[in-house]
Amino acid sequence: MTKMTRALAVAGAMMLAGSAFAQPVQLGTLTITSPWVRPTPPGAPSAAGYLSIVNHGAAEDRLVGATTPDAASVQVHEMSMTGNGVMKMRPVPGGLAIPPGRTVTLAPDGYHLMIIGPRQEFKPGERVPVTLVFKHAGKVAVSFPVANGPVANGPVANGPAAGGSAAGGQAGGAMPGMTMGAMPGKAPAKP
Amino acid sequence: MNRRFFMSVGVAGAAALVGIGEYLMITQNAPPSPFTSGVGGAFSLVDDNSKRFTSRDLLGKPAMIYFGYTFCPEVCPTTLTHMSAWLHALGPEATKLRTVFVTIDPARDTAAKMKEYLSGFDPNIIGLTGTPAEIATIARDYKVYYKKVPIPGGSYTMDHSSFIYLMTAKGKLDGLISYGEPDTKAMAALRRLLRG
Repeated sequence: MTKMTRALAVAGAMMLAGSAFAQPVQLGTLTITSPWVRPTPPGAPSAAGYLSIVNHGAAEDRLVGATTPDAASVQVHEMSMTGNGVMKMRPVPGGLAIPPGRTVTLAPDGYHLMIIGPRQEFKPGERVPVTLVFKHAGKVAVSFPVANGPVANGPVANGPAAGGSAAGGQAGGAMPGMTMGAMPGKAPAKP
Repeated sequence: MNRRFFMSVGVAGAAALVGIGEYLMITQNAPPSPFTSGVGGAFSLVDDNSKRFTSRDLLGKPAMIYFGYTFCPEVCPTTLTHMSAWLHALGPEATKLRTVFVTIDPARDTAAKMKEYLSGFDPNIIGLTGTPAEIATIARDYKVYYKKVPIPGGSYTMDHSSFIYLMTAKGKLDGLISYGEPDTKAMAALRRLLRG
């Protein structure tokens, strides 16, 4: 399953000339789509990962955690902004609920995978292997492309995700064409 | 408070408009609001080259100041990415502005860490850190709320104010840019600030 998914992803990436193509990943009645990890600034002690989870089943599940060989640890966090402009970030107690028949999206300005202690800089075009842990469905390996926003999902179109996130029109947070770590003006000469 | 001040304040910010009374009653549950007069003051910090950087070094040019920390995975890199894009869009004018990123997590954000981290952003951005007491002083004077929050595994995150402060060349607050402010509005505020 994992190897198959990776093989498909690799083949897809080659077909699309290096674009970050990701197949939806199935785990029981859960479908995982649109995984991506934000590129990290040099030496950044943390990173954020995002994805959508569709629950086709009749029972609730919970995303309780994740692991990756590319970082010290991973937690499920929620970011919120108070009326006074204070940013808060908290672990989601008991894990993130994935209600039956719903799609829950981890997206900027809402839920994210808090990737603590990346072992190296995450650069656009690279991939981060993550094992997601669900309370009932168990574990599943998902390859997260490093990108400035959600990437095309391949043949299965799930449409815009509903619920679970307060994400606005800020996806990726960057202006079009911007890549963190390769900031305009940073390089000695711009093409 | 002048007209300009209000013009660059976002909707979320406007909702937070309160009097100085709140600041005087600052507690952990009532973060100080920068929407009051008297923002700014004397400080002495260390820049990302480990050189002293004081409030005097901020004067003479308008300044854009952001408070955050490097362990922040989302809001801080997003804000610094936007700030870098604005500076890029300003072109040569960007050097007429002093742009500063002040850590509110001095325990982890050493001068060397700030330098490494900021190497991924616009080169005009100066990183500032200091002792916990020095950071507490600038945070108090700029009415920046910050609080350490432990997370499982022994680490911690920081709750913190997410505004970008626009200061005149004489060290007066000119306005604020809220998190998520459209780039066009932020650019307009910066151009206005640069016109003086």
